[in-house]
Amino acid sequence: MPGDVFAMSDDLRELYQDIILDHGRHPRNQRALEHPTHLARGHNPLCGDRVTVYLAIEGERIADVSFEGRGCAISTAAASLMTEVLKGKTLDEARALFAQFHATVTGGTPQELPEALQEDAERLEPLEGVKAYPTRVKCATLPWHAFEAALKSGLTGATVKTE
Amino acid sequence: MAAAPRELRPQNAGSAGGSRSSGLDPRRLRREFPIFERNPGLVFLDSGASAQKPRQVIDGIAEFYRSDYANVHRGVYQLSARSTDRFEEAREKVRAFLNAADEREIVFVRGATEALNLVAQSWGPAHLHAGDEVVISDVEHHSNLVPWQMLCRRMGAHLVVAPTDATGEFDLARFEALLSPRTRLVAVTHISNVTGALLPVERIVELARTSRGGDGGALVLIDGCQAVPRLPVDVRALGCDFYAFSGHKAYGPTGTGVLYGRFDALLSMPPWQFGGGMITNVTYKETEFQEPPHRFEAGTPDIAGAVGLAHAIDFIEGLGRAAIREHEAALTGYGVDRLSRIPGVQLVGGGQHRLSILSFNLDGVHPHDVGTVLDQHKIAVRVGHHCAQPLMDKLGIAGTVRASLGVYNDEADIDRLAEAIEACREMFSR
Repeated sequence: MPGDVFAMSDDLRELYQDIILDHGRHPRNQRALEHPTHLARGHNPLCGDRVTVYLAIEGERIADVSFEGRGCAISTAAASLMTEVLKGKTLDEARALFAQFHATVTGGTPQELPEALQEDAERLEPLEGVKAYPTRVKCATLPWHAFEAALKSGLTGATVKTE
Repeated sequence: MAAAPRELRPQNAGSAGGSRSSGLDPRRLRREFPIFERNPGLVFLDSGASAQKPRQVIDGIAEFYRSDYANVHRGVYQLSARSTDRFEEAREKVRAFLNAADEREIVFVRGATEALNLVAQSWGPAHLHAGDEVVISDVEHHSNLVPWQMLCRRMGAHLVVAPTDATGEFDLARFEALLSPRTRLVAVTHISNVTGALLPVERIVELARTSRGGDGGALVLIDGCQAVPRLPVDVRALGCDFYAFSGHKAYGPTGTGVLYGRFDALLSMPPWQFGGGMITNVTYKETEFQEPPHRFEAGTPDIAGAVGLAHAIDFIEGLGRAAIREHEAALTGYGVDRLSRIPGVQLVGGGQHRLSILSFNLDGVHPHDVGTVLDQHKIAVRVGHHCAQPLMDKLGIAGTVRASLGVYNDEADIDRLAEAIEACREMFSR
């Protein structure tokens, strides 16, 4: 029996593809911002994962974005990839990307994205593998929920919980 | 329904797949658990969260509903009398199982959580005063921590935490030093659900009794969730005042549990919920309450659940708790040995007397990721903080992967676990 169960399934390979493992191990933009304009914490009480998302917003644009905290490979990679795609985006673009990402991983209907954001959406595609693992979807969306909370709460430091 | 059939205990101890010493044959036992039939290849290592159910329990509940069911303690008709008999027989079975002196000391509850809350909400305000102390250990499940924390806050009392040492062993000397004339209650687990450490409950009771612990010493409550399915438990030999356990961790149905309370202690406690079945006389002005245990069982109880629990006790007793303990202790030793030889595996210390629970981390891989990979290998484990966040904080970890054993597990399961951990390690180091 071990023979066949140990053959890594396609789902598992999809979930833990190289780019996820890479971002999980070597997350980009994992630091606090010195002068954030917005920040919020995300907490998944179920597994204890915590993430703090920092934003430096200038006008309507995200000049800089970073995160702190560690969690599983999925949530760390999701935070890392998120910071990569959000940097330089307008707030509307960022919200559209989140909506698209959320729909993708939860099996919803993605909306039509503007041409300019297609490439960013594709960079988030490696996380689509969580679709096959309902218990792990929240790992992937946690940093995005923290991002959204930060937009709403400014520097008051809201905490969002996913469970 | 008879106890677990004799043939489940093979004569030739040490047969393939069997435990070397106890005589239990997990591979044959698995056939008594339909879940394994329906889920081929399943390696179930999460009995610490909830045990699977033997056919005897599943069928016993269905049979009770088919043959003997009616509400209890109410009807004058025969069927109700029969149902009441079955329910009260279950109580007697639990009494014998724990070796309590009197079946009035057995209160049926929904689970250990409810048992602990019952004591906190009923005994607590009646006996605890400002400045008093409640002592717990630092390996408690939240359900044996938060009720006392809330009670202490409400009464102006103090929660005192007795530590385990670096190896995971309960520190008796530190515990003794923490006892004071203001200690009213000691509430500790029998076996830690995180580390598997078996606490020296006999000594804990002795020390609490003779302590500087107030007038005649502090009362002692033991959370027996992890102990009852695998250890002979004798509440009179232990001398504890309360002992709580959940039916579902002991191969019984969910929604069942037991609070054992020394009769004196129960008598000194007011009801905590009100309703039918727990009163002797009601007027608009006043209500008189029944004696324990009925005083604590307002409303229609989980009758079929109690009957199912009785079948679960038959199942356990059919195997013999000494044999279960021996089997699981041997398997725990095998697991500690096997897992600690895997590079990168860090076992959480469970002291000298760890039983049936193996908590660990794999270097560089988050417990959740390990859990997902193990699941892919059809291995069910628990990952996370195991309802023991303060302990996680003390250990400086976010969580662990926890493999916990039941009577159906054997060395082959541990081997599968070890191989899957190896596969996980390789996958994450590629």
